[in-house]
Order: sequence, then structure tokens, then C-alpha cells
Amino acid sequence: MRTELCWPEFEVLRDPVRCVNCKVCVRECANEVHRWDEKTGRVTADESKCVNCQRCVATCPTRALAIAPTRNRLREGAGWQPGLLRQIYRQAETGGVLLSSMGSPAPLPSYWDRLLINASQVTNPSIDPLREPMETRTFLGRRDAPLCRDENGRLVPQKVPGLELETPILFAAMSYGAISYNAHAALAKAAKRLGTFYNTGEGGLHEDFYAYGENTIVQVASGRFGVHPRYLNAGAAVEIKIGQGAKPGIGGHLPGKKITADVARTRMIPPGSDAISPAPHHDIYSIEDLRQLVDSLKEATGGTRPIIVKVAAVHNIAAIASGIARSGADIIAIDGFSGGTGAAPVRIRDNVGIPIELALAAVDQRLRDEQIRGRVSLVVSGSIRSSADVVKAIALGADAVSIGTAALVAMGCHLCRSCHRGLCNWGIASQRPDLVARLDIDQAADRLYNLVTAWTHEIQEMMGGMGINSIDALRGNRLMLRGIGLSETELRVLGVQHAGE
Amino acid sequence: MLKREGQVRIPAGCAISGIFSRSGAPVNGGRIVQSIAAMHDRSNGLGGGFAGYGIYPGYKDYFAMHVFFDDQTARRDCEEFLQRHFDIVNLSRIPTRKVKSIRDEPLIWRYFVQPLHHKLADCQLDEAEYVSRCVMRINSTVKGAYVFSSGKNMGVFKAVGYPEDVGEFYRLEEYEGYCWTAHGRYPTNTPGWWGGAHPFALLDYSVVHNGEISSYDANRRWVEMFGYRCSLLTDTEVIAYIFDYLLRRLGLTLEEAAAIVAAPFWDTISRMPEEERERMICLRRKFSSLLITGPFSILLGFEGGLMALNDRLKLRSLVAAEAGDTFYVASEECAIRTIQPQLNRVWAPRGGEPVIVRLNEGVQV
Repeated sequence: MRTELCWPEFEVLRDPVRCVNCKVCVRECANEVHRWDEKTGRVTADESKCVNCQRCVATCPTRALAIAPTRNRLREGAGWQPGLLRQIYRQAETGGVLLSSMGSPAPLPSYWDRLLINASQVTNPSIDPLREPMETRTFLGRRDAPLCRDENGRLVPQKVPGLELETPILFAAMSYGAISYNAHAALAKAAKRLGTFYNTGEGGLHEDFYAYGENTIVQVASGRFGVHPRYLNAGAAVEIKIGQGAKPGIGGHLPGKKITADVARTRMIPPGSDAISPAPHHDIYSIEDLRQLVDSLKEATGGTRPIIVKVAAVHNIAAIASGIARSGADIIAIDGFSGGTGAAPVRIRDNVGIPIELALAAVDQRLRDEQIRGRVSLVVSGSIRSSADVVKAIALGADAVSIGTAALVAMGCHLCRSCHRGLCNWGIASQRPDLVARLDIDQAADRLYNLVTAWTHEIQEMMGGMGINSIDALRGNRLMLRGIGLSETELRVLGVQHAGE
Repeated sequence: MLKREGQVRIPAGCAISGIFSRSGAPVNGGRIVQSIAAMHDRSNGLGGGFAGYGIYPGYKDYFAMHVFFDDQTARRDCEEFLQRHFDIVNLSRIPTRKVKSIRDEPLIWRYFVQPLHHKLADCQLDEAEYVSRCVMRINSTVKGAYVFSSGKNMGVFKAVGYPEDVGEFYRLEEYEGYCWTAHGRYPTNTPGWWGGAHPFALLDYSVVHNGEISSYDANRRWVEMFGYRCSLLTDTEVIAYIFDYLLRRLGLTLEEAAAIVAAPFWDTISRMPEEERERMICLRRKFSSLLITGPFSILLGFEGGLMALNDRLKLRSLVAAEAGDTFYVASEECAIRTIQPQLNRVWAPRGGEPVIVRLNEGVQV
């Protein structure tokens, strides 16, 4: 007799009256939860395989299905929650590191929810975005180049490497391999339509997407997957990835089963082999090494592309950012500890790094204190969930934000946190052709376009309410924020006053 | 206890007025008082002030420091500082007369000074930068002392009260200058501190402003990177620093500075001829954090000229007019008509379009 210490987390609730045994759920579930039982002539479920991705619920033509948390309860104990016990059982069984995907589900504080936005009343007018121009165009790049003039004193504009965004929202780095060809195609198309950028992640750039180069940020990570001169020059900017909010301090691991022939060609590695990115770049062991890589990439691109350095938000982030700003980078991307990922060790994801709100506030202030805020632009990510978060991030001091999780959700992701298994039923985080085919590229691109357009409208409404008609005047405008329920220390770090003050 | 400027940010509505004589013909201070008085209802008695240019021809090569002191200790401390850094060629109380509605006046002194040569040489700064740093030092470190005017051949006169009473208090009819600006204040608080009244001035630049800018903290945090300390938390202060930074420190033209603080919309820029478009893109990108949004009408006084500028949506009233060689500008036309009923031209400057007037060529003041 086999004893299962781990109990199923979910229950599949099937309404027998509604179910017509059409077997759509059987076909749709790559996890093989639903099965057709010939003997009984009924659809049954193996709940132990369910990750609650909601695919069966969404595709059931008679709405006969629902997934619920299990009613099974362990004996109560505040310090030893059932989730912890489950993890111990699994580790005791396998001796392995626990893996998960996407952002941390732990109830960690969200400072966005503790910040409130201002609006005009009487003393100055709010501005109606339906009647007046409301500018969200954002430039990312250095702003400290000296002005040049000709002999008549006329200004001679210099070309500064940079990115121009129609709205201060980029798509975060997600590699081809971690996500599917179709998901990448949708991101590229949407970025082009929106006048913004998507990011290759460390998976290289598929041949088909060179056409979207003007809206592409190409990444150079520690594994150097898919990096070659044509790749570097294919994008509008080059990003050096040092770290990621979901897993600061460690590298990446794309399992061999996700390395299909196409992914392998793009990454320039053998098919089926694990793609392992080392924890550090093996040519960067200090800040002066970073400078050399920045310079090399500038040289490889003829100095025409801005260089982004992406780091995870860690304790000493202000000093780190200051070092990066002085290393020749044009843009610093900071990813907070709630950021998503295609796969990360659970312990790292839930315990390493700091919230992006605090990191951003500290970095922006430090760069100003050192009089070098104009030398770099700041892009932040890791828990940007709505247009309000964007407004708060920019008011704290960011130039723009990146969205990863929100973009995936727009395409249909239901945050089941199982990307690392490669069986994404939504065709987003899988390489299995039948699953990938489920994601309609044009539809997904439309949904991404709609999401960012909707957010931009909301940002404009909030700006108008504050009497601000350009995103430039919102950036670093911390008087437009007030904290609620925050300690003196939190307010000090955020550089905002408490509500009512 | 109510907080005063510097401890809290106080929004304010206002009236502004300006007169500029292109020929350099002296304009009596009484005229600007009469003009601003016409807009009595736009102030609430909590602040009024004036800036006059060309008013100290006898000391035109000296920096004129106007200083408020809370008490004699503050005066002694401040004078010690001034003596360490400047050659003081003249010092006196600024003449005032008793006006019923003006109370609790601080000690108000005036010093005509030159930077000490050896100090100036030692610190490797130009004269203007030296003086501006000294002013910031006094205002932030000498308790109870506040330098509210520090330019050459110009001076600021301000107080808590209605502007016409402030003009009478300072005996402005005894001064003559080629340019005057005035401000009547309508703050939404009762700070009762004279330093918080306007104009705000640094060196030759003086700003009077009507509005409440929504970009304040973005502007403040940017300009503070360059050594400015916004100690008053008022719009006028940060606007003055922005212009000082752009015009004096970076050497931009007035037109360029105006195109930065009241930048044309991207839409407008896209329709410009290529060369101009590229220049505008360059300025907007580089100085994006100095864009001022929200309602404002500004009069920027400087040596030999005056600039009037509205926010790019024209959310505050501003009327300009001309009669002969004299230029007038005010929040309301009545403030101009009351002192000059016959005008050659009256117009409302468009949002974001600077109106710049200067002394005619060759005019010495």
C-alpha cells in the first residue's frame, strides 16, 4: 500500500447535470488531470496533478467545471502552515531544491497599496485629458550631455543613444524558451503598435523577430545565449542582465525539455541540453569589469544603442546603482523581489531581495544626492500590477516601468506558477507545439495592446486630476504621494509624507 | 502653531503686474503701486511685494543686499558673515513709514557690497556664483536672517499686507527705475512671515508668479541637484532657481529657457521644420524635469529686461500692452488701464509663448 504524504491542493468540482461528457477538458489539460473512463462512460479527474491553471474551466462549453482549494485540512498550527509541511514532505522525498515560477505568493508587504495619489481641488485646476493634450511620451537615456552650439550660438542637437516610448510602460525581459514563440510574437507586435519595447530576455532573438528590431531590447546575460554581433545590433538597446528580482544572486536554468530545435538554434546550444546561466557573469567580478562590458557592447554597436544594466533590488541597491551610473550605462533597470520568473528556487524567491518601492526611492534619492540622476534613466519592475502602480512608481522617481506578469496575464495566464514544468495549457510558457498553437498571436497582441492602452488612459486621467499634463512633471514628484499606515522609517525611505500631513 | 514657509507648502492665488520702459526713462515706483492696487480683490492681505530695476544708479556696481532680521542678534551674526566675505561700502535701514495695516515688521536693512577680492580668487568662482552661494549660506545657516534681494542696481521690497499698503510702507514713490514688477498674494494659510512674500529674487533675477504649479516637487528635486536649496517650498522660489540655473549657470537664451519650462507639446513639435524640431526635442529630453505644469503666469525681471510667460495651457490670465516705449503686463487689463488709459496695443500672450522686452539698444541705466 502506497501512502501519499502530499495531498492534492485542489478539488475539481464537476457539475454532473451540466457535464455532457464532451471530453474537451480531457483534451485541454496537458497535466492529464481529466480522463475519460471507458468503463463508466464518465469523465473523471486525478486532482493530484491539478495546478489550477483554469484552462478546463475556461474551455468547458457547459460551464460544468470549477476548481476549488481542497477541503482537506491539517490540524491547525500557526507556525506550521500546511504549505510548509507539503514542502518538507516533498524535499524529504526528493532531496531537491524546491522550484516554482512567477512572483512570490507569500503575503509580503506591497508599498504600492500604502501610497495614495493626490488630486487638484480649487487652488489649481485639474486638466481634462479628453480636452487637453496629456503627454505620456518618455525618453530613456542620458540627460547630462553638454549642449553644443555653433559659431553663431545656435544650438546644435547631439544624437544621444536612447529609447523613446509613447507610454512609460515596457514589456519585461522574458526569453524565448521560457515563453513560447507565439507569446514572443505577440509581445513584439504589441510593442510595435504601442510605440514601446519588448525584451528578448536571455534567450536570443528568433530570426523571425529581427523585423521588430526597432521595438526590441536585446539582452546579454551570464549564459551569453544567442549573443552575436548581428543580434546586438538588431535591437534598439542592449541590456546587460546582472540579476532578477525573483532570484537575486543566482543564475538561470532552462530545462532541456524546453530546448526544442528552434529554441536551441536561437540560443546557439545543442537541442535538449539544459541551458544554464551562471550566477555571476564570468567576466564581471566587480564594478570596473561591468564598465568594460558596457564599453565592449557600445563598441559592438558603434555607440548607437543605449546600454541598460538590469539588477535585482537588494539591500545595498543605492550604492550599486550609483556604481552602475558611473560605469557608462544609460539606463538602470531594477527588478523588485515580487518580480516574476519562469523558474526560481522557492526559498530564494520568497526570502531574497527587497521591495521595488523602497529600492526605487532609495536609488532615485541617492543618484540625486550624488548629482548624477541625469546620467541614467531608471526603469523599475517587479509587481507593477495596474496603472496606479505605474503612476506611483513614476512619482517616486522612475522614468518608466516594465511589466512581465501583467503582460502574461493579459495573454491568458492564470498564475498557476508552473511555467518551469513546460506544460502551460495557455500556450504561453511551453514549447510543446500543440500547446503553443493555443495562443493566437494576433489575439494576444490585441490584448496586450488593449491592456497598455487602457493603463495609459488611466495614467492620463490620474495625471489630469493632479493638474499635470506631461509625464515629465510627474517623475520624482513625491509631493503627489502620501503614505498610509506606514512607519516613520518607511516614510523616510520612501521620501513621502503621511496622509493628512 | 501655524507653520511658515519652508516648513509647509502653501498654495496661493495672486495678482501680478509689471511696467517696463524700453527707453530707460525712469518710472516712479508709485505707478506700479497704483497698478497692483486695482487688483485688490486678487490678494487677501497676506503678502505683497515689488521689484524695481535701475533704482540704485549711484551704487550700480555693487550688490544690493536687502535683509530681514528677526532681532539684533541675527543682524550682528549676519553682518559678521558679510564682513568676512564682502567689502561693505554702505549700510543702512531701508526707509519705511508707519502704515496702520502693516504690523510686526522685522528689522529691514540694506547693504551695498562687493565680494572680497582675495576670497573670490581663493574659491575660483565667478562673482555671481560667489554671491549666490553666500546668500544661500546666510539664509540656511544664520538664524533669524533672511536675504531677500541680492542683485545689482535692483531691489525687492516685500511684506505681509496688501500690496498697495506694502508700497506705501516702503515709500516706493521715492524710487525711480526702468522696470517694476509687483505681486499681491492670496495664500491659503496665514504664515505671517515676511520672507514668504513675493517677489522671490536671486542676484538680478526676480520672479513674481501667479499660479500653483503641479510639477513643484519634480522641479525642486531636480534643481536641488545643482546646489540650490528650496528653503521656502514656494513655487516662486523654485521658478527663480530654474531660471538662474538655465540662464546664468548654463547660459541658455531666454527663448530656450521658456521652451523648457513651458515646452511646446510633442504634437506641436512634430509639426515644426526639421531643424527647429530637433532643437526642441533636444531641449525637452535634456531638461524634461524642468518642465513646469499647472497654472502659472510669471514675470521674470533681469538686468535690462523683462520676460512674461504663461503656462502652456494658459490656465492663468495674463494681459500685455504697449504705449509708446513702455510695456505693460498684468493679470488683468484694469491694472494697466488704471495707470495708462491710452494704449497702442493690448493682447493676451498665448500659453507658453514668452513675451520678452529689453532696453533699447544703447540705453544706459
